Amino acid sequence: MKTIAVTLRASVVLMVIILAYQLAVTGIAQAVAPEKANGSLIYNNRNEIIGSELIGQNFTSPGYFHSRVSSIDYNGASSGTPNYAPSNPDMLDRTQASVVAWQSENPDVPVSELPVDLITNSGSGLDPHISIRAAEVQIPRVSTSTGISADQLQQLVDKHTKDRELGVFGEPTVNVLLLNIDVQKLVSGQ
Amino acid sequence: MTMISLTAIAITLLLSLLLARPTGLYMAQAFNYEKSVLDRWFGWLEKPIYAIGGIQKDNQTWKQYALAVVLSNSVMILLVYLIFRFQGVLPLNPSGIASMEPTLAFNTAISFMTNTNLQHYSGESGLSYLSQMIGIVFMMFTAPASALAVLIAFIRGLAGKPLGNFFVDLIRCITRILLPIAFVLALVFVALGVPQTLEPTAAATTLEGVTQEIARGPVASFLSIKELGNNGGGFFGVNSAHPFENPGGISNLLQILLMLLLCTSLPFTYGKMVGNKKQGRVLFVSMAMMFIVFLGITLASENAGNPVVNALGIQHDQGSMEGKEARFGVAQSALYAVVTTASETGAVNTMHDTLTPIGGLITIGNMMLNTVFGGVGAGFINVLMYAMIAVFLSGLMVGRTPEFLGKKIEGKEMKLIAVTLIINPLLILLPTALAVMTQSDTISNPGFHGLTQALYEFTSSAANNGSGFEGLGDATPFWNITTGIVMFIGRYFSVITMLAVAGSLAVKKPVPETSGTFRTDNALFGTVFLGAVLIVGALTFFPALALGPIAEFLTLKP
Repeated sequence: MKTIAVTLRASVVLMVIILAYQLAVTGIAQAVAPEKANGSLIYNNRNEIIGSELIGQNFTSPGYFHSRVSSIDYNGASSGTPNYAPSNPDMLDRTQASVVAWQSENPDVPVSELPVDLITNSGSGLDPHISIRAAEVQIPRVSTSTGISADQLQQLVDKHTKDRELGVFGEPTVNVLLLNIDVQKLVSGQ
Repeated sequence: MTMISLTAIAITLLLSLLLARPTGLYMAQAFNYEKSVLDRWFGWLEKPIYAIGGIQKDNQTWKQYALAVVLSNSVMILLVYLIFRFQGVLPLNPSGIASMEPTLAFNTAISFMTNTNLQHYSGESGLSYLSQMIGIVFMMFTAPASALAVLIAFIRGLAGKPLGNFFVDLIRCITRILLPIAFVLALVFVALGVPQTLEPTAAATTLEGVTQEIARGPVASFLSIKELGNNGGGFFGVNSAHPFENPGGISNLLQILLMLLLCTSLPFTYGKMVGNKKQGRVLFVSMAMMFIVFLGITLASENAGNPVVNALGIQHDQGSMEGKEARFGVAQSALYAVVTTASETGAVNTMHDTLTPIGGLITIGNMMLNTVFGGVGAGFINVLMYAMIAVFLSGLMVGRTPEFLGKKIEGKEMKLIAVTLIINPLLILLPTALAVMTQSDTISNPGFHGLTQALYEFTSSAANNGSGFEGLGDATPFWNITTGIVMFIGRYFSVITMLAVAGSLAVKKPVPETSGTFRTDNALFGTVFLGAVLIVGALTFFPALALGPIAEFLTLKP
């Protein structure tokens, strides 16, 4: 009985301390780096939220660079599954459908150049990035659709390419949303 | 996979190696009951907790210690269960999340108290901020602290000292080890882009005009203790694959280092406390060797990719990218998967369900053995258990009474160890069989992989890991209740038996060391130890693995 009483009392004190720890971190974070602490949100000039730098979006129009496959259509209210196991027949069906769609949308680029990250579902379903090659193979389609020259698009891709962190950790990536925001600016400017 | 990716892995492991010894020695000091400078640093925080809690600091017998662990943890489970059940009407719920249903709350409370962090809910839509902050995070501190306390008591027993007091060890672990490190790293994670806010879910209008909801919350303070305490439960459903919970290469590096920090340090804590540093090193090296081999196999398998997808004629240099994030790629995903299962953390940055069959095999194998470092506290107790088995086997071979640290290992200890050893396969294989027979509609993959899904779920529960093959439709009463029971027994059964072993060894008179004593601090012992782990562990589970991942590997053809 004594152990129960001790546990209850100690638990309450610990809960208070642990809550204080989290509130302290929140306070410091909000004071020092409020933008990051609130989710790296991106606003347009009317101050409306158009997304987050870290959260991917779904792009279907041929005039935008497309993101990776997402089983949740980039709905950031939840995240995740279902992904497919390597031996799942549905996995083969889905990837085959992606390849067929690629061929009809990108007649100029052969399937042998289609990078695997464009036809596979990311872990989070919210992946904001694609590989550099996955961005570059989309340039011909975006160029045809928007009228922006391939060179200019290549420059934008380079601008939004991030190297490995500290030069070694992770993989080099292109942020699709930031890239498409610049594409949209060019289109509406023309 | 390039040289750069391999260099990154080498740097990560080197950093982890450099941190292990100093951290281990610090931990030995933190639990030392003699007066030290740490009392002054942390006394201001500890004294009020002892006073309000009414904690008396006297030494406990093994029975009192074990009872304190099980009883206090059960009370905490009940407390947090109630918070989950009433979160809908409690404060700090800006996103208006409903209360949790009973079997899910039962499962979740046990899951976090046992350091498992198996999650049958999705954090962003299943828990209020209050539940996350004083339910989940509270347990993320007390669960690893309880496990570490048990290990420290066990080591004290081996060293022939009194076992100590559970509540003092629990509090010291939180105030001296977990809180300071978690606090600093939480701030670093914010700087790297991890959110830390009490604002509700944000609504965005995307470039294509669709409404996108963006869940967020106090993630950074959750993340640091999740990794440090080998907890592993995600703030978000997809855990550290979520860009908010792991924004890039550096946050990924720090998470790996945090997962490994305590479990790689414990051999050094042990060596210091029992006064045999060489034996601590031998155990560390043996575990590190298993780790490196397992990592190599997983990297090769993931890098080769999925033969079925590769056969589509696409550009597949990147390897198997299904379920992986572009910013991590194959190398950092495979590394994370091996680290999280070796350390029994259970955090994931890639969906383990989508790992290639051999990659999946290694992650399950890590959890079945639970000795490749293993979770904070519990893993190293397992390691010491296998070390005693190794001593016992050697003793049988040369016909001498086996000795460990100068204490005779006799019938009583071996019976307790044997029972502990048998309970693990029972907890994994029996419910797996039951699930495959009765719950086939919740298993999302056909064929061999379906069996692996069920096997993974129970292995993860029994080993208190908590990662999952996430295609599984596991938010049903069957899975909630069975895995809840498996997690509870998986944790507390060995707590009781191993503390009994420690209590029994503590009162034995040390045997003087002679030239005929089997040495337990050299390479030969390391080899016998590895043999014991692999033979006992691998033989127990080989049939199930042959029917699951191995069969999937052999049949996966384009």
